[in-house]
Amino acid sequence: MTHLDGNAIAGVLEQLFGRDLTLASSRCTGCGAMREVADIHVYRSAGIVARCPDCDTVLFRIVEARDRMWLDFRGFSSLQVRS
Amino acid sequence: MPFDPAFRFNAACKTHTVGIISRGFRGRGRGDDSGRLPPGQYATDDFPVLSAGPTPHTPLDEWTFTIEGGAEPVRWTWDEFRTLPTETVTKDIHCVTKWSKFDTDWEGVSVDALLESVDHDRAYAVAFCDGGYTTNLPVEDLTGGKAWVAFAYDGEPLEPEHGGPARLLVPHLYFWKSAKWVRGLSLRDEDEPGFWETNGYHNYGDPWREQRYWGD
Amino acid sequence: MAGTALLGRLTWLVAEVTETVTETPRVRTLILDVDGWPGHRAGQHVDVRLTAEDGYQAERSYSLASAPEDPPALTVERLDDGEVSPYLVDEVVPGDRFELRGPVGGYFVWDADALPEPLLLVAGGSGVVPLMAMLRHRAAAGSTVPAKLLYSSRTYEEVIYREELERLDGRGDGLEIVHTLTRAQPPGWTGHAGRVDVDLLREVSFPARRAPRVFVCGPTSFVEAVAEGLVSLGHRPGRIRTERFGGT
Ligand SMILES: Cc1cc2nc3c(=O)[nH]c(=O)nc-3n(C[C@H](O)[C@H](O)[C@H](O)COP(=O)(O)OP(=O)(O)OC[C@H]3O[C@@H](n4cnc5c(N)ncnc54)[C@H](O)[C@@H]3O)c2cc1C
Ligand SMILES: [Zn+2]
Repeated sequence: MTHLDGNAIAGVLEQLFGRDLTLASSRCTGCGAMREVADIHVYRSAGIVARCPDCDTVLFRIVEARDRMWLDFRGFSSLQVRS
Repeated sequence: MPFDPAFRFNAACKTHTVGIISRGFRGRGRGDDSGRLPPGQYATDDFPVLSAGPTPHTPLDEWTFTIEGGAEPVRWTWDEFRTLPTETVTKDIHCVTKWSKFDTDWEGVSVDALLESVDHDRAYAVAFCDGGYTTNLPVEDLTGGKAWVAFAYDGEPLEPEHGGPARLLVPHLYFWKSAKWVRGLSLRDEDEPGFWETNGYHNYGDPWREQRYWGD
Repeated sequence: MAGTALLGRLTWLVAEVTETVTETPRVRTLILDVDGWPGHRAGQHVDVRLTAEDGYQAERSYSLASAPEDPPALTVERLDDGEVSPYLVDEVVPGDRFELRGPVGGYFVWDADALPEPLLLVAGGSGVVPLMAMLRHRAAAGSTVPAKLLYSSRTYEEVIYREELERLDGRGDGLEIVHTLTRAQPPGWTGHAGRVDVDLLREVSFPARRAPRVFVCGPTSFVEAVAEGLVSLGHRPGRIRTERFGGT
C-alpha cells in the first residue's frame, strides 16, 4: 500500500476545520519545506498519517472513532490559510 | 454569531452518527459463532495491508535487533538472530480496523529466547522499528510464550509490506502492537505510550475487552 | 444541531441512486439525487460511507464524474477483492441509499472560465473519472481552451465512456483525445499500444513552454510514472496536479 495525496483526505479536514484545507500551505518541522496540504503524502492505516514528501516526517495524525476524534498536528510548524 | 473556534471544534467532534443502512451491504468480513471472534470483529481470509508510512527495505546485512535497557545493550545481526532457536506458531490475529484472520502461520524467535541474554528487571517495553514506528507493551505480555519476532509467514520469508524482514508478533493484543519492521525493544521502568497509543488508541489493546480507544 | 448548520459545516448527506449506467463489464455509473447537494466543481470528489445492518461502516472516496451543470454522478470500477467497489458496481439498484460527504477539495479542480491555459489531462483506468467531469464541464460551458486527454486503458472493452469521448472528440472545439491500450489491441487499432512513457508524453502532450494546466489521475504507480515523465520534459511540478486513487 503506497500513499495517497493530501487531497484524498479533503473531506475529513473540511469537516474538522470547516473549510477546504487542500490549498493551505504548511511548513514541515523536520525539514522546513513549504507544501500545499494537497501535495503531502497520506497513509491510511489504523488512522490517517500525513507525511512530508521531502523528509517523511509525520506532519499530522488523525484517528477517528465513531463518536470521537484525535488530532496530532505536531509536524506542522505553521499552516497558512486564506482569510 | 461570533466565530468561536472552540465551539466549532466541539461540534466537529460529535458528528459521527450511526448512518443510514445501505441495503445489502455487509463489508469484507463475516460473522463467526465459534467463539474465536472478539467483540466487534469480522473474520476475513484476506490479509489487508495497513501502513503508517513508506515500506522500509533494510538489507539483511544492515539489519540488527537490539534490546536496550538491560545491564548492557544486547544486539544481534541477522545471521546471529537466525541462529537462535525458532518456533512455528498458528495464531488468530485481530486488527483494530475490525478484521480478524484465523489460523495464521508464523515462524519466529520467541521474545523469551531473546530476553534470556538480557539481565534486567524492567516492567515495560517499547518496540522500535525502521520508519520510526513505536508501540508499548508490558514485559509480561512479551514473555511466557506470548510474543515472537517473526521472520516467516505461511512458510515464506515475511514480505516487506507485511513487516519483513521481521515483525513483532503479539497475537493476544490488537495487531497494531505487532509492530512491522521491528528493530528492537527498549526496556524501561515506566510505561511510555507509542505511536498510536499517544493519539487515541488504547494503551493496552486487548481485543477480548474491545480496548480500541482511550477510555475503552 | 441548528448551531452547526449556521456555520455551514460539512456533514454527511443522504444520496439516493436514481439511475445506473453500465460503462464496461467492470465499471458502473451511479447517478444520484442528494438532498441538500450544494453543487460541485469539476474534479472534486466525495467520501462515500456505507453502513451494514449490524452497524459496520466502510468509507471510500469517489470522484464526481458529472459536469457541475448536471446532477452528481459517481463512476466506480470493481476491484474483485475489494470491500466497497463490488457493492457499488454489482449490488446497488435505483432507490438504494448511502451517505456521502462532500463535494470536497479545491486542489484537483478545473473551472472553465477561470483558467485560459491549455488543459492536459492524463488518465489511467478509472482515473479518467474526474477528468471526464472536466471535459463534460468544458463542453457544457462552451469552452474552446485547447485540451488533450491521454487515456491509458488495459483493453478496448475497458475504455470507460468510450462513445461519449468519441463524440466529444468530434465536436471540433479544440479537444484531442489519444488512447493507449496496454494489454491487448483489437484488430485494426490505430491508437497507441503500451504504457504511457516519456516518449508518448513528448509526442502527445503540449510542450512545456505553453505552460499547460496538467491533471494526472489513476492508480498510484501510474500517477507517479506520468508525473515524473512530465517533469523530465520540463513541466513545472507546481503545474502538475495529481490524484492518486491507491493500489500499487
Ligand atoms: C480522491 C480519490 C478519488 C477516487 N475516485 C475513484 C473513482 O472515481 N472511481 C473509482 O472506481 N475509484 C476511485 N477511487 C478509489 C476508491 O476510493 C477505492 O480505493 C476503490 O474503489 C477500492 O475500494 P474497495 O473497497 O473496493 O477495495 P479495498 O477493499 O479498499 O481494497 C482491495 C484491494 O485493492 C487494492 N486497492 C485499493 N484501491 C485500489 C485502486 N484504486 N486501484 C487498485 N487497487 C486498489 C487494495 O490495496 C487491496 O489490496 C478514488 C480514490 C481517491 C483517494
Ligand atoms: Zn519535511
